Amino acid sequence: MFVEVLSALNEGFLKTLELFGLTLAGALPLGLVIAFGSMSRFTPLKALVRTFVWIIRGTPLMLQLMIIYYFPGLIFGNNIWGTGEGGRFIASIAAFVLNYACYFSEIYRGGIQGVSKGQYEAGQVLGMTKTQVFFRVVLLQVIKRILPPISNEVITLVKDTSLARIIAMQEVIWAGQAFMKSDGIIWPLFFTGVYYLIFSGILTLMFGYTEKKLSYFRE
Amino acid sequence: MAVLEVHNITKSFGKTVVLKGIDFSLEQGKVLSIIGSSGSGKTTLLRCLTSLETADTGKIMVDDKVVFDSESSVKLTRQEKRENQLKMGLVFQSFNLFPQYNVLDNVMLAQRLAAKEREDYKANKKEILQEIERHSREIINSVGLSEKINNYPCELSGGQQQRVAIARALALNPHILCFDEPTSALDPELTNEVLSVIKSLAARDMTMIIVTHEMTFAKEVSDHVIFMDDGVICEQGTPAQVFENPKHQRLQEFLGSFQK
Repeated sequence: MFVEVLSALNEGFLKTLELFGLTLAGALPLGLVIAFGSMSRFTPLKALVRTFVWIIRGTPLMLQLMIIYYFPGLIFGNNIWGTGEGGRFIASIAAFVLNYACYFSEIYRGGIQGVSKGQYEAGQVLGMTKTQVFFRVVLLQVIKRILPPISNEVITLVKDTSLARIIAMQEVIWAGQAFMKSDGIIWPLFFTGVYYLIFSGILTLMFGYTEKKLSYFRE
Repeated sequence: MAVLEVHNITKSFGKTVVLKGIDFSLEQGKVLSIIGSSGSGKTTLLRCLTSLETADTGKIMVDDKVVFDSESSVKLTRQEKRENQLKMGLVFQSFNLFPQYNVLDNVMLAQRLAAKEREDYKANKKEILQEIERHSREIINSVGLSEKINNYPCELSGGQQQRVAIARALALNPHILCFDEPTSALDPELTNEVLSVIKSLAARDMTMIIVTHEMTFAKEVSDHVIFMDDGVICEQGTPAQVFENPKHQRLQEFLGSFQK
């Protein structure tokens, strides 16, 4: 029985990991684009981006998942996500990427705006271009600044992936719950917690290590 | 020969007029101090000279070449802009060292980036980089920090950081080196080590413009002193004229405030 549960949970957790990895791969760069949009000097763009961020951050991720998954099919009669498990997975990724990109964008914005103007000016009087100043001087300072809040978000994401359960994506909690229904046992559901704990533990160590690596300088 | 000529520089921020027409010139190898109370426009003037701000009107010439002219509509290329930029060095009040680089890399970074654009960079990369390092070490040596070459800015005192900032500016061989209140962020003990570096530069005939509140130092090191008040040059002359025999009432009041 234990082996059977473990292999089902492993399979579910693999889906969880896929969702986690693809969300980060999409949301980390998209967040930077949104951050630049929200700092734009072109007011209409800035207003549009900030309104979007407000809506995404102001509503539950679970609701966004449901809307993104059901809305196209029910309202337009056109389920753009495709049917079955694959469709649910793609819709989940879309919802998670949008949601997390907005949170990341605010973290980036804080990090970029927090670097003192003097750093840009020093670069300029030394004849460096804006791009050189950004990549050679500012970027690492931004990364150092945003690492703690980013690690917070990333660890939240590990657990938030379970929300995809609401549109019946078969991640680890879904796999655990299945035993409750079929065999009447509850410990597999509880046991899924171990997966989350171990994974977020690994991430905590990794972020701690990176922070330590960057502790050689202070602003 | 005048290495710097400044004609009728004006600058406003919104409705606030900060510079109301500044004219002066500076001879090669001379030291100019700009004094005046806060808000008189000293720093803004320095920022216009170093292209951190764009003046509203006026003309700036370095070595008889126009580096800024509000009348001219000629678009400068990036290369020309950079050349003009590099004629003026600037040392900031708040040092603005790059925290993630050690002393040597702070001094080398801009030189290395500039070298990448040289046509012979690929062919002579090794020699060019070696030469940059040798040059940088020599300059760090000259500000007395050869022992700190591998330290990061956060490991240095304020005075040491400011000396690194001076070395970083010097490394690009500016025609004129500007200082924006270089010791205002330092306590008196650390002030002296920075001032003595500036004095040693003066002794080597470096052309410099120093915005400062250190009156004794200004008197000692300058060839020429400008007193600014409310966006204009209120009085100027040799240190002896300005400090010993001030004519304008505002300057008398200003100097009097230091004697209390």
